[in-house]
Amino acid sequence: MNQTRQILFDEPGPRARRRIRIATVLGAVVLAGAVVAAVRQFASHGELAAERWEPFTTWPIWRYLLTGLWATVRAAAATAVLSAALGLLLALGRLSARRPLRWAAGAYVEIFRTVPALLLIYVTLFALPQYGMNFPLFWKLVVPLVVSNSAAFAEIFRAGILALDRGQTEAGLAVGLRRGQVMALVVLPQALLQLAPSLVSQLVGLLKDTSLGFVVSYTELLYSGQVLSSYTHLLIQTFLVVALIYLVVNASLSKFARVLQARNGRLTGRRGRRTADLPPPLTEGTTVR
Amino acid sequence: MDALTTHLSELGHGLVTTVELTVVTTVGAMLLGIAVATLRIAPVPLLRAIGTAYVEVLQNLPLLALLVLFVFALPTIGISFPLFTSAAIVIAAYEGAYLAEAIRAGINTVGVGQAEAARAIGLTFGQSLRHVILPQGLRAVIQPIGNICIALLMNTSLAAAVGVVELTQAANNVNLLEAQPIAVFTGAGLAYMLLALIIGQVTGLLERRLAIVR
Repeated sequence: MNQTRQILFDEPGPRARRRIRIATVLGAVVLAGAVVAAVRQFASHGELAAERWEPFTTWPIWRYLLTGLWATVRAAAATAVLSAALGLLLALGRLSARRPLRWAAGAYVEIFRTVPALLLIYVTLFALPQYGMNFPLFWKLVVPLVVSNSAAFAEIFRAGILALDRGQTEAGLAVGLRRGQVMALVVLPQALLQLAPSLVSQLVGLLKDTSLGFVVSYTELLYSGQVLSSYTHLLIQTFLVVALIYLVVNASLSKFARVLQARNGRLTGRRGRRTADLPPPLTEGTTVR
Repeated sequence: MDALTTHLSELGHGLVTTVELTVVTTVGAMLLGIAVATLRIAPVPLLRAIGTAYVEVLQNLPLLALLVLFVFALPTIGISFPLFTSAAIVIAAYEGAYLAEAIRAGINTVGVGQAEAARAIGLTFGQSLRHVILPQGLRAVIQPIGNICIALLMNTSLAAAVGVVELTQAANNVNLLEAQPIAVFTGAGLAYMLLALIIGQVTGLLERRLAIVR
């Protein structure tokens, strides 16, 4: 970050400082113009009136939205636990010495990495009931999300395991551990520590995915907003508040991921371990959603 | 299998809509991504803050919440577009944040000496970005950008939730008529996999042609 800032410009001289000041003023004017335009747009349609925002200072409305948030958290937690466990198994499968296992796990990951979660949700909503598999509402959301997120988790775990120095595995084998033991006692503990930031980032993606509850009619946060707005007719207010809640929760998680990343950087800096091959956190690059 | 052949035109329309949405959005998101990445490395603190805020907000909101906000709520303050346009704007804005981060990562890989050399021969910020930094930075992140494009393809399916009849919605409609879920949804899934495969192949080709081996 600091490095990039310095790359493209020197310490500003008098003329550059003047230009920076001008750009700042211009930027501020454009920003202020956008805010004014937005406020006028709200005001001219009567959406700024106090009584259209007042409900969001009352407890019953917040209790309803927070109940929705709790449902989001529960769905996200269930999805996270199940898809992380499944993802780990798939990653181990892809790295296994047995060809059929490698092939099956690879096929699963490649298929579900490139099929949209919404399509899987439609399958659980409209296809599976015909074959007598009618899950409760909660699982209609969680099962498809687990299926698609486990593929993403598998790729994260695999990248992390492969990024670990081979010498670790070789040393484990040299002291007489079996392959399974090497994986469980030597490789995984180190890989997981390295992967913590990526896993937390994936958690943000997964929490965002639970908004698909909107399609399933599972009353998580977004669908709660929908239900609420159909009662109160406060459409834009409700959805802005819902967006704000998502923003606060996810930004905290992202921040946590960055803290973990910085801490890992310090740890590995001291021990000089290889980190270059790790998937960078907070980008969609490695974990296709 | 009948369901697929008798409703080929509906599914075909859906597929075309998905492809259109993906192409339009990719171009928009790419331009936006370059613009935001530029903001984030600009010498002006305010512009950097705007770029950072954009990325933070858009990466931490669910795409579906943005779509719902844009399609259902904005008309109440008099802002509305055709459905396809709305979906394209929102998805481009959302993926633009991810692309901006990928591009910024690419810019970070360009050696400091390159930028210093560019400044030494008298290029301005914009010139050194356009002629020296971006051409190298973008080449370093072709693979991540390709992965984001595949994610974008999958995310276009969310437009179905606000009423755009693209591939996912078309498949669902056909299934509701024909009640042949296995054939219909497998077909749609295969179409998505094929599109993702094409994006992956194009990315691989570009990577081989353009990437700089350091």
